Amino acid sequence: MFLNQFLLLAAALFCIGVYGVIARKNGVMVLMSIELILNAVNINLVAFSAMWFNTPGANPLAGQVFALFVIAVAAAEVGVGLAIVLAIFRNYKTVDLDQVDLMKG
Amino acid sequence: MLASLLAASSDFVRPEFDWHALAPELVLVGTIALCLLVDVFTSDESRWTASSLAGIGMLAALVPILTLAYDNTDRVLFGGAFVVDDFSLVLSGLFLVAGYFTILLSTNYIAEGDYAEGEYYLMLLSAVFGMVIMASARDLIGIFIALEMLSIPAYLLAGWRKRTLTGNEAGMKYYLMGVFASAVMLYGMSLIFGGTGSTILADIGDKVNANFMDEPIAVLGIIFVLIGFAFKVSAVPFQNWAPDTYEGAPTPVTAFLSVASKTAGFVAILSLVYVGFAGQADIIRPFIFIIAVLTMTVGNVIALRQTNVVRLFAYSSVAQAGFILAPLAVFGESPQSSRDALIAVVTYVIIYTVVNLGAFAVIIAVSRRTGTGEIASWGGLFTYAPALAVSMAAFLFALGGIPIAAGWYAKFTAFTAVVSGNSPLGYIMGVVMAVNSVIALGYYLSLVKVMFMDDVPDGDVTPIRVPVTLGVVVGAAVIFTLAVGIFPSLVSDLAEGATLALLTAR
Repeated sequence: MFLNQFLLLAAALFCIGVYGVIARKNGVMVLMSIELILNAVNINLVAFSAMWFNTPGANPLAGQVFALFVIAVAAAEVGVGLAIVLAIFRNYKTVDLDQVDLMKG
Repeated sequence: MLASLLAASSDFVRPEFDWHALAPELVLVGTIALCLLVDVFTSDESRWTASSLAGIGMLAALVPILTLAYDNTDRVLFGGAFVVDDFSLVLSGLFLVAGYFTILLSTNYIAEGDYAEGEYYLMLLSAVFGMVIMASARDLIGIFIALEMLSIPAYLLAGWRKRTLTGNEAGMKYYLMGVFASAVMLYGMSLIFGGTGSTILADIGDKVNANFMDEPIAVLGIIFVLIGFAFKVSAVPFQNWAPDTYEGAPTPVTAFLSVASKTAGFVAILSLVYVGFAGQADIIRPFIFIIAVLTMTVGNVIALRQTNVVRLFAYSSVAQAGFILAPLAVFGESPQSSRDALIAVVTYVIIYTVVNLGAFAVIIAVSRRTGTGEIASWGGLFTYAPALAVSMAAFLFALGGIPIAAGWYAKFTAFTAVVSGNSPLGYIMGVVMAVNSVIALGYYLSLVKVMFMDDVPDGDVTPIRVPVTLGVVVGAAVIFTLAVGIFPSLVSDLAEGATLALLTAR
């Protein structure tokens, strides 16, 4: 296995995620697109961590630990995001983000 | 499995642990836990305890900061990932003071509205905790955790008025932009880790200087990371969440977002740029230049046509972010210009934080009576609330940079730093800053004119009753504004001491 395969997969996931955040109107779909970006980050981190594993002087586990932190924080972020989407659904009766745009100027 | 692990760990030595260096954070964590417990075991009538407890916790966390400052030794923890030096102490202190002021601003506002009181202070404390970590973090993981620790509570605080449509919108916009920016930032961090093999900023700095510089991927990583924080400080083109979030969030939260969480973004940018990416000034300079020019100009021009005072301050804070970023456009031209830029950013951040908090205290006090944020409702404020009107004028002069209010010194250090690089980019930046200072005076002074010259809109001139807590914030901010305006050395000594630590960090 070569490193660039993982990096290409991560880059593709990143691009799909960015496209989803920009193009999707549904709040839940946007949250899922953000998850895609975060997973691209995790793939990158773990692949790079494996690359640096046997290099003297480099911390062999830094990338893996970073990925664990990203997973944990992503869970917290999505928890908050779903709470906000839920509050929006209660008041607006929709999760279409284009309609959540009352303030202008 | 477990047995083999235990056998292998027999030579494990507990790392040295410096409790004194971590004391401010530990006090904050203790207060957070205590607030949570007290909130569970108190009835609705005694919910005010949460506010007092949170305030005492913030002040208590200042004590170890003072003892650490008195001790005056740099402490490096966790293999360089967490550093307690003058830079982190000055900014942690600033965050705690700003957090305490925010609690004072919130006490009446939150108690009188239909808000969850205990949880509010819990979230505020957690966000301040994240900022205090941010001041000391010198590691990609640490900076990321600190950013999320301050952002996640801030998303909730922004959407705190959960039964109103504008409150929901404020939370949603802030959340989406914030999470997207931090995801992009993480992708950049993963690339930097890939290129350097380390997450410690000092190690990254060494690698960036050595061979990583030629790799295009380094540019991508650095730009992505800076974009993540450009969002946090609401720099153009990542500013479009700011006005709506500021308007929809409870006003004390708006004050908090516009100073404390913005300052945390600048602190992260400073430690990344000065410790991590110092060898990549060629990439950072043009990037910061474009962002700073856009931020100042767009913020000021849109602010000119605002009719709501909170939105006016939202765009004003966007424009101020441009001024704070501007000195970094000469970063790395020469050692002198790097140093001047750092001093300018720290000075500006300290002065801006206190002045803006004072201005928001006046806004909260006035809107308690008028019930609206329209600028027209401020007409003739001087006739029935002279103290508030004069204080607000002092803050507006400070934000506009007119002596003797403190802001002139912030602007002065920024200009000095920009021209100290002696580069074309720096001189162009100086001209842009000068033009923008004039535009900014347009809307700051028009608010002063409304307060002093216009008629009271409905002829109602009963005086405003200002709660003690708001009065304390306004008074303290006015004293600070005038004292620093007359004796700038009060802040400049702090800022210079703080910057020395960061410059010698690598």
